[in-house]
Amino acid sequence: MTRIQLNVNETIHDVEVEPRHSLVDTLREGCGLTGSHIGCEHGVCGACTVLVDDQPVRGCLMFAVQADGKDIRTVEGLDDDGAFNALQQAFHEHHALQCGFCTPGMLMLATWIVERGLPVDDNELREIMASNLCRCTGYRNILRAVRAVLDASGQDGAGA
Amino acid sequence: MKPASFEYVTAESWDAAAASLAEHGDDALILAGGQSLVPVMNFRLAQPAVLVDVNVIPDSAYLQIDGDSLRIGALTRHVRFEAPGIDGPLGRLLPRIAHHIAHLPIRMRGTFGGSLAHADPASEWCTLARTLDAVMIAQSVTGERRIAAADFFHSALATDLADDEVLREVELPALGPDWRCGFAEFNRRAGDFAIVQSVAVIELHEGQIVSARIGVGGATETPQRSGAAEKALLGGAPTSELFAEAAGAAADAIEDFLTDQQANADLRRDLVRVMVLRALEDAVSAG
Repeated sequence: MTRIQLNVNETIHDVEVEPRHSLVDTLREGCGLTGSHIGCEHGVCGACTVLVDDQPVRGCLMFAVQADGKDIRTVEGLDDDGAFNALQQAFHEHHALQCGFCTPGMLMLATWIVERGLPVDDNELREIMASNLCRCTGYRNILRAVRAVLDASGQDGAGA
Repeated sequence: MKPASFEYVTAESWDAAAASLAEHGDDALILAGGQSLVPVMNFRLAQPAVLVDVNVIPDSAYLQIDGDSLRIGALTRHVRFEAPGIDGPLGRLLPRIAHHIAHLPIRMRGTFGGSLAHADPASEWCTLARTLDAVMIAQSVTGERRIAAADFFHSALATDLADDEVLREVELPALGPDWRCGFAEFNRRAGDFAIVQSVAVIELHEGQIVSARIGVGGATETPQRSGAAEKALLGGAPTSELFAEAAGAAADAIEDFLTDQQANADLRRDLVRVMVLRALEDAVSAG
C-alpha cells in the first residue's frame, strides 16, 4: 500500500492505495465521494470523468498513485453553497438527465468546456460531448443545457 | 474489470526508465498516457508485474523541426497535434489526423509514442509512421537504437522494441512545399477505432506526380505501404481517374485482410479502395 494525498474539491484526503487502484475507485471508496460513477472501466463511456488539474480525465484510466498531490474536482464540488450552479440548474431545466448515471461525467466534461472560456459552436459542442455516453439517449437535452450555459456566458460560437 | 496487482515505479528520466526495464525485463511495461494500456490491464489481457510511469520525465513532449526532420517527443499528447505550429503540408495534415483519434479527453492524455509502441492495427499514428517511413528511436541501458518503420511493426500489438527498450523519440520527414498530404478513415461511430484508414502523400512537379506514398491502416495486422498504388500514381497527373485506378490497385494487392465482427475481408477490401481514393482527393483539396 502507498499513502497518497489527493486535493479533492479543495479538501485534502490522505488515503492508502494499492498501485492498481484507479482514481475513480479511490475517490469512491477511499474518499467516500460516490458521485463519480463507474461504467465501463475501459475508457469508453466517460461516466467517471473528473477534472485533474482542471483537465477532463477518465477516472478509470488513471491510477490513483498518478494523481498524488494533484487537484481533483468531482461533481460533489460543483454546487454553489448547497444550491445548483448554472450548469446543474440548466440540466434541471432542460431535463438533461433521466436515470442520472452519466450525469456526473457529463457535468464535469461540460464544466471544462464552460471554464475554458472559448466560443463553442454547435458542431464542436456535439463533438466534445460525444466523448461520454448516455444510455437514456438524452443527448439532445444535454446539448441544450450546455448550450444555454455557454450562451449565457457569451461563448455562443458565433465568432468561431 | 480491475487490473491485477503490480509494482508502480516512477521514472524521472529516460535513463531511469531504461534502467527499470533492464532490471525487470519482460515483467515490466511502460505507462505513458495509459489510454490503451490501462483498458488492456483492466481486462487482464496484460498483467505486468512492474509498471514504469514515464509521465513525469521533463522535456519529453515536443514537436521540433530539425533540418529535414520533424522530431516528436514520445510523450507528446495527441491533442498537441491539433495545433502543431508547423508550416507546410505536414503541419496541415497532422491536425486532420489527430482529430480522428478517439475523443478529446482521451486525446488530452494519450501520447504519440504510446500509440506507436502499442501498435494497434487501427492506430492513426502507426499508419502515418509507416507511410512516411518514420524512424523510431529506442533507448536501453546499452544506448540508442534507430528503427525504421518498415522493421518496427511486427504484427498486431507487437513491435521491434525489445523488453529492455523504451521508445523515446520519433522522426518524421518534414515534407517540403511540393508535397500534398491527405487522410481518410472509416469507422462506425464517432471516436471509435478505425476499420480502415489511409494516408496519401504525393509530390507534385509541374502537374505530375513525381513521388507517392500510400499508406493503409486497419486493413491488416500492421500498417502497410501500397507499392501497387504508388506505382500506378507515379508519372501521372493528379486526376480523379488516376486516383480511382490507384485506389483499386491498393485494394486488389492486399491478401491478408483482418476479419472481425465489424468487417469481413470483402468489406475491408472495398473500404481500402474508398479510403485511398478519399485520402488522395483530400491531398489535392486540403493538402
